[in-house]
Amino acid sequence: MPILRYGCYNDHTMKLSREEVLHIARLARLGLTEAEVDRLREQLSNILENFEALQQVDTTDVPPTAQSIPLQNVTKDDEVAASLPPGQILANAPRRDGEYFRVKAVLE
Amino acid sequence: MIINQLTIHEAHKLLKAKQLSSVELTRACLERISQTEPKVHALVTITDELALKQAEKADQLIARGDAHPLTGIPAIIKDNMCTRGIPTTCSSKMLQNFIPPYDATVVEKLNNCGAVTIGKANMDEFAMGSSTEHSAFFTTHNPWDPSRVPGGSSGGSAVAVAADETIYALGSDTGGSIRQPAGFCSVTGMKPTYGRVSRYGLVAFASSLDQIGPLTKDITDCAIVLNAIAGYDNRDSTSVPEPTPDYTQCLTADLSGLAIGVPKEYFVQGMQKEVETAMRSAIKRLEELGAKVDWEVSLPSTTYALAAYYIIAPSEASANLARYDGVKYGFSYTDTDSMWEALEKTRQFGFGDEVKRRIMLGTYALSAGYYDAWYLKAQKVRTLIRREFDQAFEKHDVLVTPTSPTVPFKIGEKLDDPLQMYLSDVCTLPINIAGLPAISIPAGFGDGLPIGMQIIAKPFGEEAILKVAYAYEQATEWHKRRAEI
Repeated sequence: MPILRYGCYNDHTMKLSREEVLHIARLARLGLTEAEVDRLREQLSNILENFEALQQVDTTDVPPTAQSIPLQNVTKDDEVAASLPPGQILANAPRRDGEYFRVKAVLE
Repeated sequence: MIINQLTIHEAHKLLKAKQLSSVELTRACLERISQTEPKVHALVTITDELALKQAEKADQLIARGDAHPLTGIPAIIKDNMCTRGIPTTCSSKMLQNFIPPYDATVVEKLNNCGAVTIGKANMDEFAMGSSTEHSAFFTTHNPWDPSRVPGGSSGGSAVAVAADETIYALGSDTGGSIRQPAGFCSVTGMKPTYGRVSRYGLVAFASSLDQIGPLTKDITDCAIVLNAIAGYDNRDSTSVPEPTPDYTQCLTADLSGLAIGVPKEYFVQGMQKEVETAMRSAIKRLEELGAKVDWEVSLPSTTYALAAYYIIAPSEASANLARYDGVKYGFSYTDTDSMWEALEKTRQFGFGDEVKRRIMLGTYALSAGYYDAWYLKAQKVRTLIRREFDQAFEKHDVLVTPTSPTVPFKIGEKLDDPLQMYLSDVCTLPINIAGLPAISIPAGFGDGLPIGMQIIAKPFGEEAILKVAYAYEQATEWHKRRAEI
């Protein structure tokens, strides 16, 4: 049953809970304002509701495809080559300390 | 002769004959940029000083008789490809001040040809969007009607070519991001086979779908740029070690015996009448040129491609964008002592709405309890989509569809309705899912607005695409029309 057609789609009936949205945001380490939580709850619910059609596809015995080319386990020879100098890499660091990236304390 | 309107091959001839210098050509483009940028806003960075230096060097190469077809020809690069010493922002606040210490492979290849880089093009933030309205900096306007979007995410690249600010541009395409803006701006845009062009130095969005390709003023130019950027690169483990043919050799105007299929699922409900009419007459034209057209091809899983894509691409994006933690580079929130708060606020303030939406959608689809139902299911549907294409290519050399179901839409029209925005990629994203090559070429106008035709081939079938596109281009004048700005 083709549900997703250009220009018309379902209104949502299934809705993510506030807690679910906050849980996903925490998994993604993404801070959100109250307004963003509300808006994403609406939008994600609507998107997922319209993608429900996916569940109707018969995929019995169909293997998943992760990528489209017939290459597997590509390896490289372990050859010594020059790396970029530390100074160039650190040039973009928001905070640095000599030759190191400066970070917040992980253990308090 | 308006020199910034030249194609690569026209400019190359003049450069070689010493009737034009690269410095003159570069100045003409820069002059045009200063006239048109206030109206179209295609560029994030203009590298005029560097460009003029490169042009002087190119003129020396040409004087020595060392001219490659791209030597001395101005190019614009989408701002998600790393350019050493030049900001590469992805049109995001997150990377606003990021200056890469290295060149992307494609940039290195262009530099080795003696190319002239005149700027970096605006885009939807991290290439997520179909209109450039999701740029954190500004919206790019369509030169054919400035109240309309140019498409996206390579909207800046397409507009720079359409407005003759540059001779050609590079874009990237994850679900249509080269082809849809090419169609909306009436230029040529190709997404090569996944693995054909190195992704090294392309800021990752969805790694199994992303591919770099050319945006040009005609098919010959498309072949020339593809020649320069295609090929194996051991710095990209998904780069395929297939030999690279000379793509300019397949440009012949005769289509006799060629089998073209028209998949009926691409003439979707809700498609604009003008688009359908233009498509039918373009396909009839291909028939007149000698091709055998089968109007009854069916790819039934197409219906599920949009849902599969918008599960797979955001899932990969959510993993790829986990790297933006405010530690090594990019925006960093520092006004706290807590590591976790710094991380969450860095991402809250550094990312825009669409990027957050996709990170959330992808994280959801990959999370415990939902992985099998969403991500794995989408990957299985991906297999079905690819199989149907494989079957279609057993009988047909190429498939032809519209690039988009509509002409360019109004700025703001779909901005608050993510699903409507996603639907504007409905004809292009199945091709990324299957990893196929495809092009969008100018195929008409509806009420003065561009309409693109998409030509698709089997993996590494770029030559068949270019052949069909070239024959059509020789028989039509669409690609010669210019927007009045």
